[in-house]
Amino acid sequence: MKRVALTTLCLAGAVAMLTACGERPQTNGGLTGAKRDASPVSGTDAAVFRQGGWKAGDQAAWSQQLKARAQYGMNDHSRTTN
Amino acid sequence: MARMKFICDAERCIECNGCVTACKNEHEVPWGVNRRRVVTLNDGVPGEKSISVACMHCSDAPCMAVCPVNCFYRTDEGVVLHDKDVCIGCGYCSYACPFGAPQFPGQGTFGVRGKMDKCTFCAGGPEANGSQAEFEKYGRNRLAEGKLPACAEMCSTKALLAGDGDVVADILRSRVVQRGKGAEVWGWGTAYGSQTAGKPAKEGSAS
Repeated sequence: MKRVALTTLCLAGAVAMLTACGERPQTNGGLTGAKRDASPVSGTDAAVFRQGGWKAGDQAAWSQQLKARAQYGMNDHSRTTN
Repeated sequence: MARMKFICDAERCIECNGCVTACKNEHEVPWGVNRRRVVTLNDGVPGEKSISVACMHCSDAPCMAVCPVNCFYRTDEGVVLHDKDVCIGCGYCSYACPFGAPQFPGQGTFGVRGKMDKCTFCAGGPEANGSQAEFEKYGRNRLAEGKLPACAEMCSTKALLAGDGDVVADILRSRVVQRGKGAEVWGWGTAYGSQTAGKPAKEGSAS
């Protein structure tokens, strides 16, 4: 009985100490020390600099805009005939 | 969901420092702080290669793990950002980072070493998108404008690729297939967690 209690105590202590090895949440939103940040999908206050072709708040349109921009701007193989 | 990543194609980088200049200009980065640098590997040896290095926005960022005040956070797009209002300029992130990304201005609130500054993947910081406060602390927020990082968009040889990991990896793959070499991507495995990623396939093995 005493051995069981000792084993249980040791296990509980080990679990308690291992909590320090756990991962901290990395997402923004009050879980880290940083302030809450707005997603880039929500657009910018500086509307004059905003690229057309997508609507603020539309996740799919924003992703598509960046993909199209990467293909056009960086993939020169797709812009040549051979 | 897009996962933003950088790739530098060493076969194409000509060490022009256009990316460094574009970054400094876009964000009005102060003197002495370089968010991006061009590094030459085996300098002076025939076959030397140059790569453009900045914060790689690691999948499991060491800076984030060691920060004593938890000033770092990761956006839904996989960009690692930090809050300068929380940073105490201790420099732990600088020791932890394998890419030498964290920079410390010479003049700041804490005397010799100010609050940390680093590449934001042109995604600003935790201030209102496109606001003056965001620009002054972190620089332009190009992602919120529907644009990609200025360094990559300015790269004259398109050596530096930035954007969704799937898209930029696909662009590099098509280049490697076309030219038949240059599959090495320095830092890719360190930043994004795979021991084999960014290394050429061994002879005789299927890849």
